[in-house]
Amino acid sequence: MADAPHIPDEAETRARWGAFAWTAENAEQAKKVIARYPEGRQASAVMPLLDLAQRQVGAETNTQGWLPVPVMEYIADQLEMPYMRVYEVATFYTMYNLAPVGRFHVQVCGTTPCMLRGSDDVLAACKGKGLSKGHTTADGLFTLTEVECLGACANAPMVQINDDNYEDLTFETMTAILDDLAAGKQPKIGPQIDRQTSCPEGGPTSLKEMVSENHDYRGAW
Amino acid sequence: MAEETAAPPAFVGPLEDKDRIFTNVYGFQDWGIDAAMKRGDWDNTKKLLEIGQDAIIDQIKASGLRGRGGAGFPTGMKWSFMPKESKDGRPSFLVINADESEPGSCKDREIIRHDPHKLIEGALVAGFAMRARAAYIYIRGEFIYEAKVLFAAVQQAYDKGFLGKNACGSGYDFDVFVHRGAGAYICGEETAQIESIEGKKGQPRLKPPFPAGAGLYGCPTTVNNVESIAVAPTILRRSPAWFSSFGRENNKGTKLFQISGHVNKPCVVEESMGIPFKELIDRHCGGIRGGWDNLLAVIPGGSSVPLVPAAQIMDAPMDFDGLRGLGSGLGTAAVIVMDKSTDIVRAISRLSYFYKHESCGQCTPCREGTGWMWRVMERLRNGEAEIEEIDMLFQVTKQVEGHTICALGDAAAWPIQGLIRHFRPEIERRINERKGTPAMMEAAE
Repeated sequence: MADAPHIPDEAETRARWGAFAWTAENAEQAKKVIARYPEGRQASAVMPLLDLAQRQVGAETNTQGWLPVPVMEYIADQLEMPYMRVYEVATFYTMYNLAPVGRFHVQVCGTTPCMLRGSDDVLAACKGKGLSKGHTTADGLFTLTEVECLGACANAPMVQINDDNYEDLTFETMTAILDDLAAGKQPKIGPQIDRQTSCPEGGPTSLKEMVSENHDYRGAW
Repeated sequence: MAEETAAPPAFVGPLEDKDRIFTNVYGFQDWGIDAAMKRGDWDNTKKLLEIGQDAIIDQIKASGLRGRGGAGFPTGMKWSFMPKESKDGRPSFLVINADESEPGSCKDREIIRHDPHKLIEGALVAGFAMRARAAYIYIRGEFIYEAKVLFAAVQQAYDKGFLGKNACGSGYDFDVFVHRGAGAYICGEETAQIESIEGKKGQPRLKPPFPAGAGLYGCPTTVNNVESIAVAPTILRRSPAWFSSFGRENNKGTKLFQISGHVNKPCVVEESMGIPFKELIDRHCGGIRGGWDNLLAVIPGGSSVPLVPAAQIMDAPMDFDGLRGLGSGLGTAAVIVMDKSTDIVRAISRLSYFYKHESCGQCTPCREGTGWMWRVMERLRNGEAEIEEIDMLFQVTKQVEGHTICALGDAAAWPIQGLIRHFRPEIERRINERKGTPAMMEAAE
């Protein structure tokens, strides 16, 4: 598969990650996660633990993180699952990175609702800053991925960068966001136009009292 | 053909604010439990539970609520399929589907990040009614902020004694857990979602057995959409008759509409079921970009439903039966609007790519067919095809449709069928143009 990630060299990966173990804080969190599921059903915790591990790898490498094979083996051991069952999950879901990514994982939604409102411009802004799909920039700062619908269609076009959404984008605002991130600044999260979440631009057409107070409508029931 | 006999012009005007369920939908106010309680959530929930398990199910049935996740199955009836007692000691589970991934859909996100207590209270009420031991809320992995809010909101409910042992002082023990997905559209399919919670890749199960018999961990399970669950407490508080006073027969209630694409002001808004399309857009979205004459077509219910051309959708009631009558569907009420600047073949081809990307690979017609259909769509987009291939593509969609375990195959087929049905002249025009036969071009126009 041409678009499959290039999984890094096994020996190097083992040398770097063979001794992976939870940080004290994550070990606690892992216990809490496992407790959400019934006795004997600890395999249910595989997805949250893979996420936790990816985040720990991210913290150690100053990137969004990824899942080296020894890390997946560590989780398999903890959950008493065959490694292959963990690998199966890690390769099925798109949010697990099977290869290293940059400091910022720029995930541009390209599905039709975003396409209709200008995701081509958002991708052009990325290209303008030297990003290309499926690759990490030479400085290790940005990895660009075109992703499928991220569920923010009323605020299209949008991008998710690591944990944050940037919405109602244009070529210019996307460029500004990438500039800010490169300069170590935190751009404003959410809509990039003057707009409250998914409320119509310019102000609500319903529930106007809510703008200024936590209105209780039950009085009018 | 099930033609409608009753013909009430049931849309009696715009929904009033007092009848909107999700009053904090835009997040102008705090999502936290204290603010939510001031808006009416968790208001003597014990009293709602005292209505009794079967009576709650009866009331939900009477309200006419149909599932808000797309299929529109009557919610109360779904709950009634759950066993009334466990004969073998197996517990029952409620799974709440917050894997909102259908292109165009963005309503559950607003419920979860701005009104999460409606969902959590609904989880208790619904879980109690169907005699479930616990609810798992499956939230899509990319809703990272939303999941943070949801985890915190669930904790708030525990801290107040509304969940856990003796929830709300009712004597009923009920837990709510949050399970995050990790990027897979297919996990919105109920049995794939169950597989995913069990720690496997999300591939749909063959039915039967149905989840109500053997679902999560082999136990009786009901999977409901976020919106279906979140409206339940308000329905019980205000009465089934109140809820069913909105919308046409068989299409009752209020609904979160999500309008994206070429309108002046895209938004999410709660309206009465059955609101005519034009009214919805004029009232809440500032009209069509470039005016009503500029409207080309609408995908009225999320990417899986066929598009409807402008002339047909204009006065259509936005509800299950109204849109089914146009050969489309309400789906999740994710309304994707396209004006005349749209490359309609590309718009649908991009959806074909989506389904190719999201096919879980389990069934051959879908695994192979989604890729095949997308490749042909890309050629049609550029006119690099023969006229006969349009029919061939249509035939292939018919071979995929209905021949897979889950509905993803159907969902991949329908948008293409809708395109061919309504925009065949445009597809032919591109082919002819590429071949350089202007006479036929004119004929097609």
